[in-house]
Amino acid sequence: MQIDWAHFTPWTSFAGGIAVGLAAVALVLLHGRILGISGIVGGLLRPRGSDAAWRVAFLLGMLTAPLLYRWAVGPHAVTIDAGWGAVVLAGLLVGVGTRYGSGCTSGHGICGLSRGSPRSLVATLAFMGAGFVTVYLLRHVLA
Amino acid sequence: MKLERISEFAIGLLFGLGLIVAGMTDPSKVIGFLDLAGRWDPSLALVMGGAVLVGVLGFAVARRRSTGMLGGAMQLPQARHIDRRLVFGSLAFGAGWGIAGLCPGPAIVSLVAGEPKAVVFVLAMLAGMGAFEWLEVRKKRRRTAAHPA
Repeated sequence: MQIDWAHFTPWTSFAGGIAVGLAAVALVLLHGRILGISGIVGGLLRPRGSDAAWRVAFLLGMLTAPLLYRWAVGPHAVTIDAGWGAVVLAGLLVGVGTRYGSGCTSGHGICGLSRGSPRSLVATLAFMGAGFVTVYLLRHVLA
Repeated sequence: MKLERISEFAIGLLFGLGLIVAGMTDPSKVIGFLDLAGRWDPSLALVMGGAVLVGVLGFAVARRRSTGMLGGAMQLPQARHIDRRLVFGSLAFGAGWGIAGLCPGPAIVSLVAGEPKAVVFVLAMLAGMGAFEWLEVRKKRRRTAAHPA
């Protein structure tokens, strides 16, 4: 295994992680809710009305972040190597998978692990494992 | 404008900024972490490490509360069972994540960046979530029809 020293960003990644953790802690301590994006978005697709306001407020905050970042620093890099068909397939898998799995990297990977949830540990190991295997197949077997 | 909405907006903003600074909104960086056999970029591990470090402390406090500090019930997930849905759903999610290097949070943040593939990903993701909701509603309806209360 080679470390990609050219792209490894220990300090900004750790700092960003701290910020993400603070956001999750703030949402649960102030509002009693789990910062799990698949759940927050998924809940909007249900006809429950009164629950929508906080979800929309939160998502608007998320959508404002790149605007603020662009104003302060500049546009952030978004390099997608996957083709259009692959992107559609990926989106479908993520959409269906996160709902059946009851969470994603933020819900299970951050909140769930922080809570010591066995369910989230299993989920995180599963999606991490699947991620590793998928990239290995796409980059080193099928490429 | 309710204080709660402003707070939720600010938390979403913090979360989004955290993802951008961490580099998680760049799919090539995520795939760099998932590419163990290639040039491995450990950055994502530090993102999760930093987040969980803070999270453990915060959730230890939250666990003892019944309400949020700004109001509202403390709604922590109660489910404890590990079932097929959890495992297969997570495997499917991980596969999708490995294909495009996008998961829900970063994908939504990158929508605004105007990257067309991110928009297509989010639309497909919403379609997938919508399909799940539809299947669940259909399953519940069938169960109610088979066992009328």
